[in-house]
Amino acid sequence: MSYRLGVDVGGTFTDLLLINEESGTTHTAKVPSTPEDSSIGVLNGIARICDESGINPAQVHRVMHGTTVATNAVLTGRGARVGLVTTAGYEHTLQVARSFCPGGLGGWVSFVKKPLLAPLELTIGASERIGADGKVVTELDEQQLRADLESLRARGGIEALTICFINAYINGEHERRAARIAGEIFGEVPISISSDVVPEMQEYERTETTVVNSYVRPEVAKYVHNLQQSLAEQLGPETQLSILRSDGGLASGRAASDSPVNLLMSGPAGGVAGAMYFCSRAGFNDILTFDMGGTSTDVALIQNGRARVRRETFVGDVKVRAPSVDVRTVGAGGGSIAFVPELTRALRVGPESAGAVPGPACYMKGGEEPTVCDANVVLGYLPSDVQLGGAMEINRDAAVAAVQKTADAMGIELEDAAEGIIKVVNEAMFGALRLVSVEQGYDPRDFALVGFGGAGPLHANALGILTDAWPVIVPPGPGVLCAYGDATTQVRDEATRTYITMAEDISTEQLLQDLLELQSRAGESLVADGIATDEHEVTFQADLRYAGQAFQITVEFTEDELRERGIARLTDEFDAEHEQLFTFKLGDGHEILMIRAVVKARARALAELTMGQAGTSLDDCKLHDTRFYYEGSYHDAIIYDRNKLHEGLEVPGPAIVSEMDSTTVVLPGHRARVDAVGNLLIEPAA
Amino acid sequence: MPATILQTNDQPLQTVAVEGVTVDIIENALRNAREEMDAVLFRTAMSPGIREQGDCFPMIANVEGKMVVGQFGSFIGPFLEVFDGEIEEGDMILTNDPYMCNAAVSHLPDWLVLKPVFKNGRHIAWTAMFGHMSDNGGMVPGSIPIEATTIYQEGIRIPPIKLYKKGELQADVLELILHNVRTQQWNRFDLNALVAACNTAARRVLELTERFSDDVLHTTMGIMLDRNKAAMTAIINMVVPEEPRYFEDYICDDGMGMGPYKIACKMWREGDKAIFDFEGTDPQAQSSVNFFLNEDMFKMFFGSFTINVVDPQIVFNDGFYDLVDVRIPAGTLLKPNFPAALSGRTHALGRIFDVLGALLGMGAPEQMLNAAGFSDSPHLFYSGYDQQGEWFQLFQIGFGGIPGRPVGDGPDGHSLWPGFTNVPNEFIESYFPLRIERYETIPDSGGAGLHRGGNGLSVAYRFLCDGEIGIHDERWLTYPWGVLGGETGMRSTKRLVRVDGSEEWLPAKVEGIKVKTGDLLYFNTWGGGGWGDPYARDPELVRADVERKLVTAEGARRYGVVIASDGSVDMAATESLRAELVAQRGEDLPTFNFGGDVESLRQRCEAETHMPAPVKPTFQKAR
Repeated sequence: MSYRLGVDVGGTFTDLLLINEESGTTHTAKVPSTPEDSSIGVLNGIARICDESGINPAQVHRVMHGTTVATNAVLTGRGARVGLVTTAGYEHTLQVARSFCPGGLGGWVSFVKKPLLAPLELTIGASERIGADGKVVTELDEQQLRADLESLRARGGIEALTICFINAYINGEHERRAARIAGEIFGEVPISISSDVVPEMQEYERTETTVVNSYVRPEVAKYVHNLQQSLAEQLGPETQLSILRSDGGLASGRAASDSPVNLLMSGPAGGVAGAMYFCSRAGFNDILTFDMGGTSTDVALIQNGRARVRRETFVGDVKVRAPSVDVRTVGAGGGSIAFVPELTRALRVGPESAGAVPGPACYMKGGEEPTVCDANVVLGYLPSDVQLGGAMEINRDAAVAAVQKTADAMGIELEDAAEGIIKVVNEAMFGALRLVSVEQGYDPRDFALVGFGGAGPLHANALGILTDAWPVIVPPGPGVLCAYGDATTQVRDEATRTYITMAEDISTEQLLQDLLELQSRAGESLVADGIATDEHEVTFQADLRYAGQAFQITVEFTEDELRERGIARLTDEFDAEHEQLFTFKLGDGHEILMIRAVVKARARALAELTMGQAGTSLDDCKLHDTRFYYEGSYHDAIIYDRNKLHEGLEVPGPAIVSEMDSTTVVLPGHRARVDAVGNLLIEPAA
Repeated sequence: MPATILQTNDQPLQTVAVEGVTVDIIENALRNAREEMDAVLFRTAMSPGIREQGDCFPMIANVEGKMVVGQFGSFIGPFLEVFDGEIEEGDMILTNDPYMCNAAVSHLPDWLVLKPVFKNGRHIAWTAMFGHMSDNGGMVPGSIPIEATTIYQEGIRIPPIKLYKKGELQADVLELILHNVRTQQWNRFDLNALVAACNTAARRVLELTERFSDDVLHTTMGIMLDRNKAAMTAIINMVVPEEPRYFEDYICDDGMGMGPYKIACKMWREGDKAIFDFEGTDPQAQSSVNFFLNEDMFKMFFGSFTINVVDPQIVFNDGFYDLVDVRIPAGTLLKPNFPAALSGRTHALGRIFDVLGALLGMGAPEQMLNAAGFSDSPHLFYSGYDQQGEWFQLFQIGFGGIPGRPVGDGPDGHSLWPGFTNVPNEFIESYFPLRIERYETIPDSGGAGLHRGGNGLSVAYRFLCDGEIGIHDERWLTYPWGVLGGETGMRSTKRLVRVDGSEEWLPAKVEGIKVKTGDLLYFNTWGGGGWGDPYARDPELVRADVERKLVTAEGARRYGVVIASDGSVDMAATESLRAELVAQRGEDLPTFNFGGDVESLRQRCEAETHMPAPVKPTFQKAR
């Protein structure tokens, strides 16, 4: 027997999923996260899951892991003390940034700039200059640099060093030389250079990205090292650890430690991967996902079974140039707080959140402000009258007291206020879903909508009505879906280079040669991790735009396609997509900005698993009678046990489907059925 | 003759009952639509000015032309009054002439696109957007000729015309217009992008009517306007006193040897109504520094600066316009008579914000008064033929120090304009023949204060091709003022180091300067004024600024802080220096520190700025 383990470390809980690679049988566990050292929580979880399932730990051969270690280091400001070496004259690149003050006209009045991740007192300038054409304008003054680095080191306490020179994206020679010198002086301190981490134009973005890489590097390296060591002890030395990257690929522990900037969206990428895993097996390849947690909701668009990847990652105020699954986040979640400004008497929900502490009022942990979760309780979507397996106890009176405050401020009835809160928060999520669909030229009606995360299944049906994306899919284990994603993705790496060439000026042969060179670079890390080249799946990408445009579109293609159709393979697709997005195309003047090779390990299929208990009737699955409030009145509803539901059964709305970690609402006029892989599919009843 | 709107369906929009939550939902949806307009524009525009710097302004208005979401306020009302013609479904209006739209756009390079939105033959809303084009023809590349004395010299004037007629592009007109500009391809794309943005917003408006009905949307837009009115009524009563309050400030010169020009404004309240009276503002200038100020736009500035206090999430709009009365005398710098030149209006526009900020802040300076710094929006133009013989034309907007504010220090080298960003230097270097050798903040340029003014930027441009440059800058003579005891910020300077080693200081407003390959221009922007008593600033903060090279050890003395040779604060020396400085200064801190009156600035001008003092303006009767 061989098992693989998916582990998702979130802010509150660590979710684990153990999959038997031959039978497809799964086991799940949820244990509290241990933020001081996340690896402890992971090991606790492994002990728990092996214990409960009776599986011998030595049979777990692969551990696949999504982590927020890097994200949290950025969000909490607890990263490394980072030193920075720039080109002389550019020491203030981070201080000035893009000169942008958020907040519209007058926004500067209240804008407060966050401290730099590489402080100015730890920044030095090197005398050197590369021109925009890549030629050396001024030689690197090594002697001066050595002296300046010595005194920088003498300041003490530098835990990671960053080197970013102007125009290094086109010629990294000076950066490499500077790194060699710094290595002699700084010894063990990890050094990140911009031409390695993100060889792309734009000095601020490249500097910030490389600095963020340094900022999270010691923390991530320590974590990965500890985890790897403990896994070896607990599961055996053969266990292979892979970490999910922001772009949805997997990296080895080593690769993750060197380029942790690529892990910032590791968590959300796992959810998207999990959703794709369940939906593609059910035949849904075009889906919109929404992952609704306590403080925020992540949404993404998946077409043809592939998530869109964008070249930027946002974490809080920090924006870096690293590829990530195109997940948009809105500050609307189950814990979002509702309030009514006195003068305008408008109903606002979020972005303030009750978080885990004090939490929504209904959990009785000290929270008193009305939250989305409390509104769900008031309306009966989150029933307080049944004990849900393992879930926290819910106090309806506390929720009512909190939401009553909103009702009073607006001068309306309790239920109407609660329903108002739900509608406003749904609208915020709808806005995010539009951002990834309508605004990118996609019609949501051509997609299915997948709701997961702690609160997603509560709101999924309502969002289906807003988006008109049917069916609405609630995959199995919506609360541990990220762990499913972690366990089911492939190892992946990529190599990129800035190209800036007009399409008409380059031959197909030259382009292909350059791409093949990138391919071998990208494949190196997979080979280093024991994945032979015949196991590699390669795709090429090019970022194109019309010369002069700021916007670029990434076109994906294979070696065969390029050989067969030449450069037109790229430009035709760009024109088509540009037209879809912006209603026009030009047909010439294409500039190739960037080229890229993406190398993945070939997927290994997992066995299928059937859900539920065949032969049971709908009545057998019934837990309880209840009622909930919807569109101005109460409706009688039945609560069903999801673990018993199986293919062929159909749940008529109004109903609530309950499982260990989540609750799905089926609204009046809708029905839910279970498909072969265990998804709940909600559709209008008519 | 006002415009006639042709509808095939004349049934008027009804006001219906709309529940509060629906209003909130539509409010969010309209906000998203407006943001989407920006997104569409940035992605499809081609000139660095729009796509990298974000020099553009979107709007969605109700059927009466009142802005429901947007930024700079509606101009549709005044436009409809002067547009003599019929407007029907599928039309799109284009104009750039401030004199033909009551200054909805305030100079010719801003091209404005306006689209009436129809549904089932009935007019239901408007969408509009304007953006700054890279070139508009006329005397100089970039079309902001300093020395223009009439608008005829500032390039092609487009009266309100139909760019699209019943959905069909009027290609002849477009080609005629583009034939007159130096950057045809950029303008073509940018205009296309403005059209696409308006169409996108129109589509979103239609989707909302499909989801909620025409009447619900119409009613909601009214409610959103009312919400603003209610909020602004309270704000006006809170921040505008019945007793008149007065402030004046200056733009330094007109680029043709005269200056400074005074902008004067008096503010008071009568009942719920705020009045702003610009009586006392100097007559219009001989050159292009006039700023034709649309009264509604000024109301918008006033509203944006204050409404955040009560509901930061509100979608800000025109609803409160009746509550504000703006009086601008004709023939002045702010309402020049046709055909006065207007293109260099950015200086007076920036100064309006300093004036407004001072007027509003004076009442509660500790909470609301910012120092001066919204002083400037410097431009650099560089054009010529590159080594391949191709025409190039660079337009760069510079950034300086954000002033010290009640909330804290002003950021260094940041933008006061909404949404603006700098253009990455690597981008500029790869598309234009120049190299930016240094890009750094100027130590000590921010005014000293309890809260330090932000530092200005020093940008060193090495020209790699022979060509011509033009400069538009301000606050070179008058200071970015400090408040509540804060010091003035450093003024702007421009120094050109020739390839032969000779050096010259350049005036703040100059064009047609020939540069040679290898010449180096240091473009140094202004520092923000300081806020509050510099001697009360925590010495540790001063020390940190010194360590970060944002303040020099010598500059630390302006805070009364003595830095020892090892970089630490010499506490004993600091205390005695502060005692000495406080004794010299006295305990009373002036609300404003202008760095001297206009006369003394003029006297010190040549010695301090290397430039001859501008002469006191003499005004001829316009027209």
